[in-house]
Amino acid sequence: MGNEAHTPDAAASVDFEQVQSTGQFQELRKRHRSFVFPMAVAFLLWYFAYVLLADYAVGFMSTKVWGNINIGLILGLLQFVSTFAITGWYVHYSNKRLDPIAKEIRDEIEGHEFDKHGKRVGGANK
Amino acid sequence: MINVLAAVDVAALKDTTLLNMGIFGLFVAVTMVIVFRASRNNKTAADYYAAGRSFTGSQNGTAIAGDYLSAASFLGITGAIAINGYDGFMYSIGFLVAWLVALLLVAELLRNTGKFTMADVLSFRLRQRPVRIAAAISTLAVCFFYLLAQMAGAGSLISLLLGISDWGGQALVIIVVGALMIMYVLIGGMKGTTWVQIIKAILLIAGAAVMTFWVLAIYGFNLSALLGGAVETANNPAVLNPGLQYGKTETSKLDFMSLGLALVLGTAALPHVLMRFYTVPTAKEARKSVVWSIWLIGLFYLFTLVLGYGAAALVGADTIKTAPGGVNAAAPLLAFHLGGPLLLGFISAVAFATILAVVAGLTITAAASFAHDIYANVIAKGKADADTEVRVARRTVVVIGILAILGGILANGQNVAFLVALAFAVAASANLPTIIYSLFWRRFTTQGAVWSMYGGLGAAIVLIIFSPVVSGGATSMIKDAHFALFPLSNPGIVSIPLAFLLGWLGTVLDKKREDTAKQAEMEVRSLTGVGAEKAVNH
Repeated sequence: MGNEAHTPDAAASVDFEQVQSTGQFQELRKRHRSFVFPMAVAFLLWYFAYVLLADYAVGFMSTKVWGNINIGLILGLLQFVSTFAITGWYVHYSNKRLDPIAKEIRDEIEGHEFDKHGKRVGGANK
Repeated sequence: MINVLAAVDVAALKDTTLLNMGIFGLFVAVTMVIVFRASRNNKTAADYYAAGRSFTGSQNGTAIAGDYLSAASFLGITGAIAINGYDGFMYSIGFLVAWLVALLLVAELLRNTGKFTMADVLSFRLRQRPVRIAAAISTLAVCFFYLLAQMAGAGSLISLLLGISDWGGQALVIIVVGALMIMYVLIGGMKGTTWVQIIKAILLIAGAAVMTFWVLAIYGFNLSALLGGAVETANNPAVLNPGLQYGKTETSKLDFMSLGLALVLGTAALPHVLMRFYTVPTAKEARKSVVWSIWLIGLFYLFTLVLGYGAAALVGADTIKTAPGGVNAAAPLLAFHLGGPLLLGFISAVAFATILAVVAGLTITAAASFAHDIYANVIAKGKADADTEVRVARRTVVVIGILAILGGILANGQNVAFLVALAFAVAASANLPTIIYSLFWRRFTTQGAVWSMYGGLGAAIVLIIFSPVVSGGATSMIKDAHFALFPLSNPGIVSIPLAFLLGWLGTVLDKKREDTAKQAEMEVRSLTGVGAEKAVNH
């Protein structure tokens, strides 16, 4: 067992720079980043807005809405709701938009369409 | 709610010791059998560290929940809400929202590029030696802080259950817990540890669900009435509002921000959580595991809200504070109030099991990091065979086990959730910037990684040493010394941005460029899963 880790045979002879430059891979990268980055910014902003409110707007957060339930508790529970919602959304997005294209690229590489020593064999670009 | 305070007679807890021990013994016996059965297939390093990558997403998700819902979550958060009201709830929210960082930015990419440890990913396209050493050191440091917290929890629980607060008695039980943990990890490896986590997660969530249902039933399934009960017992309407603990001064408000930052950024950088992503066969299963754990953990934290306010209403903050074990005793005391000795016995056994399982998970992570990163890759320069590596890992388990026992005997009294928050701050400072940069920033270099990891780790630890946690305050570890130069008890707000800054600075000042072919390989692998480690077939 090699301890240098990352050289399983299947991918050893692949020219990854070539794969990286294909339109198909660039599309996968774009789809991934254009989802996860804005989403990460959004949930972090929403979380820190909540923390700041709890920290510096105690009066507002303590406003009773229904019985003993105040705005602070509702916003806190909404953090749970948004976390569950983003999780579901991401899974849906990955299944529909990321997994198929990732599998295509993987199949092409493992079918040796990209070889360091030879030319590209098959059509990676659609 | 009249007479509720009298309902919990702390002295009466001693009578239930035998029952508690019986239930706990049963758990140990059942899990030992499972660990033995699971260990029969432990042949290779992939078996020992990564359970042969044979777990399904839902199994691993449950195990992650088991790893994550430590004594900090159960004893610590329930206690924090019972005493400090709304400010305790903040822990639940931070601990949960943090999973989105892991889900969106880290889990799948990491599964695709690594093999056993966090350092595999960080050193993928950078220079192996310096980055591996730095990553292994920070892994060991985070595991140490986390272990300290779990052992402090064990101490609290023991002093409550056995009614002993004398040093020798507690030390003896911590030694027993530590010895059991060493056995699990030695025999079972990652597979055995994972099964212990799964069983424990189910027991913990089921136990918390029963208690939550019970508390809600007392208040006619009306959350508002429960909150009213908490206000009445505490005789202070402010328990429902933020700021009871952290709103006193401007410094404490800043501390609250610092805590919030550490909680949300720490999870995705915890080595023992990251290592769990290697126990599944594919990135898709890694995603499934995170989704499972988000649902389980979210559900559990909703329970803690009810349990915390339930303990505040039915047991009362004053009783909790004066009980042996202090803040961490809120959940067991609530169990005793609700279901008497039997429920207390069950809940305490679950809490014990929780500590045992989490400590086992931490230990195997630390051992893997030492054996795989430092021994195999740095000392033996990649020439050690797998058998030697696993043998080194097993020896490391024993050493770490003994250190954990010693740490557990020394650490006591602090809120467990609070101690874990320190581990989160250390993880977020030392590991997260390098993880994010190396996955997403093409230009990132070895110098940036090394500066960020040592800078973040060093800053976090130095700030903790000079904080009120260690000296100068009524709840400090060393009460009589005064060297608390840094006013905040959580270093995150300083050390996390600093580590990000150092990673950037180290990179732009680095004259050397990293191998672009390696960068391409890492990016393609991380997104597509090409050449990722496959499951081991037996």
